[in-house]
Amino acid sequence: MPAIAAPLAGTRLGRFNPAAKLAGAAIVMVGLLVTADLVTASVLLGSELLALPLAGIPLRAVLSRAWPLPVAAAGVAVANLIASDASRATTAAISLRLLAIALPGVLVFASTDAVDLADSLVQQLHVPARFAYGALAALRLLPLLSAQWATIHRARRARGIDAGGSALSAVRLFVSAVYALLIAAIRHGTRLALAMDSRGFDSRGPRTTARIQRVRGADWALAGVVLAVAGGANALAVVLGTWHPLLG
Amino acid sequence: MSAAVEARDWGWRHAGRRGWAVRHLDLVLQAGERVLLLGPSGAGKSTLLAALAGLLRAPDSGDEEGTLRVDGGPAGDATGRAGLVFQDPSSSLVMGRVGDEVAFGLENLAVPVAQIWDRVAGSLAAVDFKYPLAHPTDRLSGGEQQRLAIADVVAVSPGLWLLDEPTANLDPDGSALVLATLRRVLDASAATLLLVEHRVAPVLDLVDRVVVLEPGGGVVADGCPTAVFARQGRALRAAGVWAPGPAPARLAPPRPAGPPVVVAEGVVVDYPLAEMPALDGVDVTAYGGQVLAVTGANGSGKSTLALVLASLLATSAGRVRFVAGGPARPYAKWRPRDLVRWVGTVFQEPEHQFVASTVAAELAVGPRRTGMAGDASARRVGELLDRLGLVALAEANPFTLSGGEKRRLSVATALATDPALLVLDEPTFGQDACTWDELAALLAEQRDAGRAVVVVTHDADLVGALADRQIRLSAGRLEPSYAPVG
Repeated sequence: MPAIAAPLAGTRLGRFNPAAKLAGAAIVMVGLLVTADLVTASVLLGSELLALPLAGIPLRAVLSRAWPLPVAAAGVAVANLIASDASRATTAAISLRLLAIALPGVLVFASTDAVDLADSLVQQLHVPARFAYGALAALRLLPLLSAQWATIHRARRARGIDAGGSALSAVRLFVSAVYALLIAAIRHGTRLALAMDSRGFDSRGPRTTARIQRVRGADWALAGVVLAVAGGANALAVVLGTWHPLLG
Repeated sequence: MSAAVEARDWGWRHAGRRGWAVRHLDLVLQAGERVLLLGPSGAGKSTLLAALAGLLRAPDSGDEEGTLRVDGGPAGDATGRAGLVFQDPSSSLVMGRVGDEVAFGLENLAVPVAQIWDRVAGSLAAVDFKYPLAHPTDRLSGGEQQRLAIADVVAVSPGLWLLDEPTANLDPDGSALVLATLRRVLDASAATLLLVEHRVAPVLDLVDRVVVLEPGGGVVADGCPTAVFARQGRALRAAGVWAPGPAPARLAPPRPAGPPVVVAEGVVVDYPLAEMPALDGVDVTAYGGQVLAVTGANGSGKSTLALVLASLLATSAGRVRFVAGGPARPYAKWRPRDLVRWVGTVFQEPEHQFVASTVAAELAVGPRRTGMAGDASARRVGELLDRLGLVALAEANPFTLSGGEKRRLSVATALATDPALLVLDEPTFGQDACTWDELAALLAEQRDAGRAVVVVTHDADLVGALADRQIRLSAGRLEPSYAPVG
């Protein structure tokens, strides 16, 4: 198993430049953060859903990954209706905004290979290589740590240690297991950092990148279309008189 | 291009430590020399390698004395001049894909993109790597990962190769392949080599000079391998160095089986997301008064079998029965405090099983969990400290012990409740010759006391010295043709 799977990397969306996809998700977020109204949220969420087939993504693939989102949105809606005196329209707007902001984020990460993302962060967004590739390498430790977590629990069973039904012992046990995992994480992390530095990662000199991430016309088009839709949705809300600025 | 190394009264103290890891080291390596660096744990071998790789920089990472130079310049500036291969490939590979991994070092040296992929392909061919560039690095075996780490070094073609126990984590087959690869790539380059390896015999034909370090004492022997081992072989063995020599003698003739202790029947273990079951229908019985050795390549299911026999992992099919006593409920459902009374497990990495803040408290955990009274438990702890030579360390924190001491403590914790079954995963892994002797003697003693001892191991010497029966696993199944020892 690769450490971080990007199950939608093979789709049409997967072929866009990662920085362009991040920009698209950011535009949607800004478009929804400036206003809190039902029209903007519904238009954007509707456009996102309509764009799914164009991006080559089956709805089922989204639901299987992102099912907690609609559940959370519904939860927020129910809580609002019961516990506050918010109107139904406000409640619906809050839930739809949540979905419309979160869905692009899920799609970006599900369709982007972690290495491509790091490359693009460095090449297009000029994120320091030390940060981008350091974080990438750290991601590779996650499966190692999940194996360590299982081993720590087995070792405790072998030593005769259990909570014996007491909640306090259970908490104490959990804390000490987390501590053991932290020690393991630090040890693995230190080793990995040494390995990276021994290969010249710490040299302050220039660095090349073997994988070129290009920004093509299609990437500009993606950002442009998203900008147009987000702007259009806000404009429509203004025309319909539902636009409700959050600031000012 | 090969690099010359010169240490003049060199010393290094890691930041925050009181003692010097290396001190008063005088050593000259001519360009192109191939040197095996030996010495007991704590002699500072790894520190010297790290310094030559440019990883130690005073004053950030510690204090330095004297000078350490590579090609006349400070070792800390040696980026690209030295290539280091670590012991554990799983935490030294950086990237998730084979090609990106080899390219990483070239990127850091700012090699133009147009040259990178040719050099990557050439380096992978040099280590005889058959996988495509996009192959995930975590789907490689330990031996393959280590050959990939060698390709990483080949790609930047440094003048100085530094190898820190490159085969210590590998099974015998993987280890042989890695050494053959090293021989080939070193012969193709004129690079200087500095190699640290505990097991000397398999690497002797890679080197033309042996240097022995002593903790705090600098170089105590230096010369061609035959001369050094002829003169100092015995002294080296006594200091814990694995000098070449005959395999350790058998500790006692093989014993007949006592009563059965744990019985595994048709055991299948499926890990989630794995393509193949880790164990696929294994039947095995461990008997009291016998050492059962479980061998096989990495990934053959040995460690999984150890976990199942110790009731630390549920089976997907089949069952494991503990027949030497204990509660009536099924073995897999025993409560931890019952388990620790009857079964002692020693994990591959001792730290995993440490839960207390002093050695004495660590030893008392098992006895107290089984309900032993305070004074009886204290008596038991005293006996164990005494038997395992840990008395002086009773109040030390287990995490601060040396590798050999941690190993002895982890075995002692497993013995504390006088269990009927002892399960050990690679107990001799990475240990120097002295700790090895102690462990082998201790396990023989446990066997003679009537316990069933199950040892998962790659260590052919340990099997030869101790095993009364041997089973060999291959892809989760017992190798039927495998002849038991004795």
